[in-house]
Amino acid sequence: MIDFPILSSLILLPSIGALFLFFNRSNNENNLTVKYVALFTSLVNFVLSIYLWISFDQTTSDFQFVEDRIWIENFINYKVGVDGISILFLILTTFITPLCIISINNSIKNRLREFLIAVLIMESFMIGVFCSLDLVVFYLFFEAGLIPMFLIIGIWGGSRRVYSAFKFFLYTLLGSVLMLVAIISIYWITGTTDVTKLYGIGIDAKYQNLLWLAFFSSFAVKTPMWPVHTWLPDAHVEAPTAGSVLLAAILLKMAGYGFIRFSLGLFPVASEAFTPLIYTLSVIAIIFTSLIALMQEDMKKLIAYSSVAHMGFVTLGIFTIQQQGIEGSIIQMISHGLVSAALFLCVGVIYDRMHSRLINTYGGIVSLVPKYSVLFMLFTLAALGLPGTSGFVGEFLILMAAFKDNFLVAVIASLGVIIGAAYMLWLYKRVIFGRLINSDLKGMIDLNKSEIVILTCLAIPTLLFGFYPEPLINTIEVSINNLIETHNIKIVSR
Amino acid sequence: MENLVLVLPEVFISLSIMFLLILGVFKKNSSKIIQNISLLVLLITAVITFNETFGIEEMILFNGSVIIDYLSSFMKIVTLLAAFLVLVISSNYLKSFKIFKIEYPILILSSVLGMMLMISSNDLIVFYMGLELQSLALYVLATFNRDEIKSSEAGLKYFVLSALSSGLLLYGCSLIYGFTGSTNFNVIATQLNSDQYALTFGIVFILVGLAFKISAVPFHMWAPDVYEGSPTSVTLFFTMVPKIAALTVFIRFLYIPFLNLIDQWQMILVFLSIASMVFGAVAAIGQKNLKRLVAYSSISHVGYALAGLATGSNDGIQSSVIYITIYIIMNLGLFSCLLMMKRNNVYYEQIDDLSGLSKNHPLLSLSLLVILFSLAGIPPLAGFFAKFYVFKSVLEQSMFFLAIVGLLSTVVAAFYYLRLIKIMYFDKEKEKYDEDHSLWLRFSLGASTLLILIYFIFPSQLIEIVSRINMI
Repeated sequence: MIDFPILSSLILLPSIGALFLFFNRSNNENNLTVKYVALFTSLVNFVLSIYLWISFDQTTSDFQFVEDRIWIENFINYKVGVDGISILFLILTTFITPLCIISINNSIKNRLREFLIAVLIMESFMIGVFCSLDLVVFYLFFEAGLIPMFLIIGIWGGSRRVYSAFKFFLYTLLGSVLMLVAIISIYWITGTTDVTKLYGIGIDAKYQNLLWLAFFSSFAVKTPMWPVHTWLPDAHVEAPTAGSVLLAAILLKMAGYGFIRFSLGLFPVASEAFTPLIYTLSVIAIIFTSLIALMQEDMKKLIAYSSVAHMGFVTLGIFTIQQQGIEGSIIQMISHGLVSAALFLCVGVIYDRMHSRLINTYGGIVSLVPKYSVLFMLFTLAALGLPGTSGFVGEFLILMAAFKDNFLVAVIASLGVIIGAAYMLWLYKRVIFGRLINSDLKGMIDLNKSEIVILTCLAIPTLLFGFYPEPLINTIEVSINNLIETHNIKIVSR
Repeated sequence: MENLVLVLPEVFISLSIMFLLILGVFKKNSSKIIQNISLLVLLITAVITFNETFGIEEMILFNGSVIIDYLSSFMKIVTLLAAFLVLVISSNYLKSFKIFKIEYPILILSSVLGMMLMISSNDLIVFYMGLELQSLALYVLATFNRDEIKSSEAGLKYFVLSALSSGLLLYGCSLIYGFTGSTNFNVIATQLNSDQYALTFGIVFILVGLAFKISAVPFHMWAPDVYEGSPTSVTLFFTMVPKIAALTVFIRFLYIPFLNLIDQWQMILVFLSIASMVFGAVAAIGQKNLKRLVAYSSISHVGYALAGLATGSNDGIQSSVIYITIYIIMNLGLFSCLLMMKRNNVYYEQIDDLSGLSKNHPLLSLSLLVILFSLAGIPPLAGFFAKFYVFKSVLEQSMFFLAIVGLLSTVVAAFYYLRLIKIMYFDKEKEKYDEDHSLWLRFSLGASTLLILIYFIFPSQLIEIVSRINMI
C-alpha cells in the first residue's frame, strides 16, 4: 500500500480523463457520453481520496503518503504528501468537482467537451497545490491553475467575460511573481525548497519580513483580502455557474492553505510581526465588504462579496496563531467551500430558468418552487452561521480565539456576523418571499432530479459537520497542535 | 591536418555553397533540387558537428583565432537545426509569392556559415568576418520579395542601420586593438586590466554593435520594421537563427576578453536587459500586426536572455543558453501557426485575422494557445522554466532589482499574449483558412507544441547538456 503512489494518482487521474476526452473526438453530438466520462473520472478520484482519508493516520503530525522523486538534478525534488491540514482541502476538491460536472445542464451549450477538459485539468492542478511539499512544485501548480480558469471565465462566461478574465489573470499573476522571487531567494538562503526540510532548518529572521511580504502579496490577491479583492466579484459574476463554484469553493482556499502552510510554517517571526496588518485588513474586509454585499442587486455579486467577508474571518483566525483559531479557519474554509458552492448553484438554478441574476426580478416564488426554497433557506442559514450548520462552528472558534487575543478586533468582527445575517436574510426575503409581481415567474419549475442530488449532497455535510464536527477536528488537531508548538519554540528560541 | 577535421563543418558547408551556386547557374529550374540539397547539407553539417566536435572541452586552432568548445558545438548544432526547420517549412510560402528561387537556400546557407564562424571566433578579425558574411546574406534575404515595396524598404533600412552598427563595432575593435596590441581574445584578456577611458569606450562600442545585432533596447529600432516588411519565412529566420550567434558572441566577448572589466560592463548589461524587457512588453501592447508584435516580443525575450549574462556567473550563462534554446522552440511553433494562416494563397498577418480561430481550427488554436502561454511564462510550460532558470541565476547574485523588474514585466507581457488568446477563443469566427499544409509545417508545429507541453516532465536533460558549458 505504501508503494502505491496514491497522491500522484490523484493528481494524474483527472488529467488522464481530460486526455481521453481530448482524443475521443468521434461523438461530437452525443454530449452525454462526454459528461459521463468526466463524471466517472472525478468520481473515481473522489473514492480514491476517501480511501486516503480512511487510511490516514490521525495520531501523527508527520506528512503521510510521501513521494519523493528527483525532478531536476541537485535542485528540485518532486515531493508530495499530506498531513492533517491539507487532506481536508484535498477531499473538498475531489468532492466539489463531480458536483460541478453534474451541475452542467443547459448552462454550457457549446464546446461542452472543452469545458469538461478544462474542469478536469483544473482539478489536477488544485489537488497538486494541496499536496505538494516543495515550494517550486507548489508554485507550478498554483500558477498553472490560471490557464484553465482563464479559459473557463473567458469562453463560457457572461457579457463582460473578457474584462473579468483579464482582471482575474493579471491580478493573480502580479501577486504571484513576487512569490517566485521569494521562493528562489529561499533556495539561495537555505539551499533547499523542500518544505519539510525548511521546517527543520528555519529561515534566518532578518530575511523573514521581506519573504513574508512576497508570499503575502500572492496569497492576499488569491484569498482575496481587502483592498485587492476587486477581481473576485467580477470573476464570479461573469464565470459560468460551474466556474464560480470551483472558484469560490476551492481556488480561494489555496491562499488560506498557503497562509497556514507557508506563511505561518516558514516565517514564524514575520507572521508574529505582521499580525496587526492582517487583523486590520481582515476586519476591514469583514465590515466593509459585508456592507457592500448589503447593497448589491446582483445575487452572484452579493455572494461574491460575502465570500470576501468570510475569507476575512479565515485570515483573522489563522493569524491568531492559536489552536482554536486555526482549526476554526480550516473548518470555516471547508464550510465556505460547501456553502458558497451551494449558493452559487442555487443562483445558477434560477438563472437557468429566468436568465436573470438581479434580485428584483424575483420575489414571491416560495409557493412555485417549494423544494428549492427549503434548500436555499438551509444554505442561507449556513452562510450566516446559524448554530447547527457548519458555518457556525468555524466562525465560533475563530471569534473565540480572537477574543482571547484582541478584544477590540473580536468585537468588530462579531459585528460583521450580524451584518452577514442581515444581507443573507434580506436576500432570501427578497427572492423567495413577498408578493409575486413578475408574471414571467409563474412558469418556473421546481428543482429537477440532478439539482436535488447536487444540493442534497452539499446539504448533508453542511448539517453533519454543524452538529458533529469531530471528524474534521480529529483530522486536523494533531497537525495544528504541532504547527503551533513549533511556532512557539521558534519564537522563543529566536 | 587534425585541425581541419575540427572545422570540417565549416569547410563542408562552404564547399557546398560553391557547388550549389554552380549547379544553380548551369541547371535550369533547379530551385527544388537546390532546396533539397541545402536541407541535406544542413543536416549533414549538424551531424558532422555533433560527431567531430561535440564533447571537446576546449580546443584552440589556427594560432588562437578559432575556438571549439561545448558552447560553440552546442550553439552550432542549434543554429543548424533551426536553419533546417526554417528552410523546410518556408517552401510553400515562397512558392505562393513566386520567390522560390535558387538564391534563397544558398543565402541561408551562407548566413549560417557566417554565424558558425562568429560562434567559433576567438579573434576580432575572424569574428568580424563572420559577422559581415551573415549580415550581407541577411540584407539580401530581407529584400527577397523585391516586388513588394515593404520588403525593399525593410532590406534598405536593415542595411543602413546595420552598416552603422558594424562601423561602431569596428571602431570599438580598433580601440581595443590599439590598447592591447592584439586581436586575439585570450591575449586581450591578459592585457585588459586597467580601466582607461578609451578602453571603456572600446567596450561600449563593441557592446552597442552587438546589442544592435541582437536587437536589444535602445538599439532595437530596426527590428519591428524589418520584421514586418520581410517575407514571413525570412522574419522567422531573423527571429531565431541570428539571435543564437549573436548571443554566443555576446557570451564570448563578455567572458573571455572583457572578464576582468566586469564592473564596467555589468551595469550596461543590466540596463540593456531591463530596458529590453520593459520596452518590449509595453510597446507590444499597441500592435496590430502579428509580425510587429513578434518583433517586440522577441525584443523582450532578448532582455531575459541578457539578464542571465549580466550575472557574471556560469549559472547565468547556462540559463541564457537554455533560455534562447527554449525561445527558439516557441518561436518556431508561433511562426508555424502564422504560416498556416492562409486562404487561397494569401497569407494573413493582422492580429484580427486570428479572430475566432478556435471554432474552425481547434487543433491549430490549441497549439497556439500553448505556445502563447509558454511565451508568457506560465507554468508548467517550457517558457516558465526558461524564465525560472534565468531568475534563479540572477537572484543568486542578489540582483533583486533586475529580477523584480523582469518578473513584473512578464505580467505586462502576459497582457498582450492573453489578448491574442482572447481574440482566438472569445471572439466571433471568420472564414476558414486553408488546410492543405505541408507535412513539415504540421510536424514543426506539432513537435514544438509537444516539446513545450511535456518539457516539465524531463527538465533535467537540457540542463545536463548545457551544464557542461563552463566559461569562467
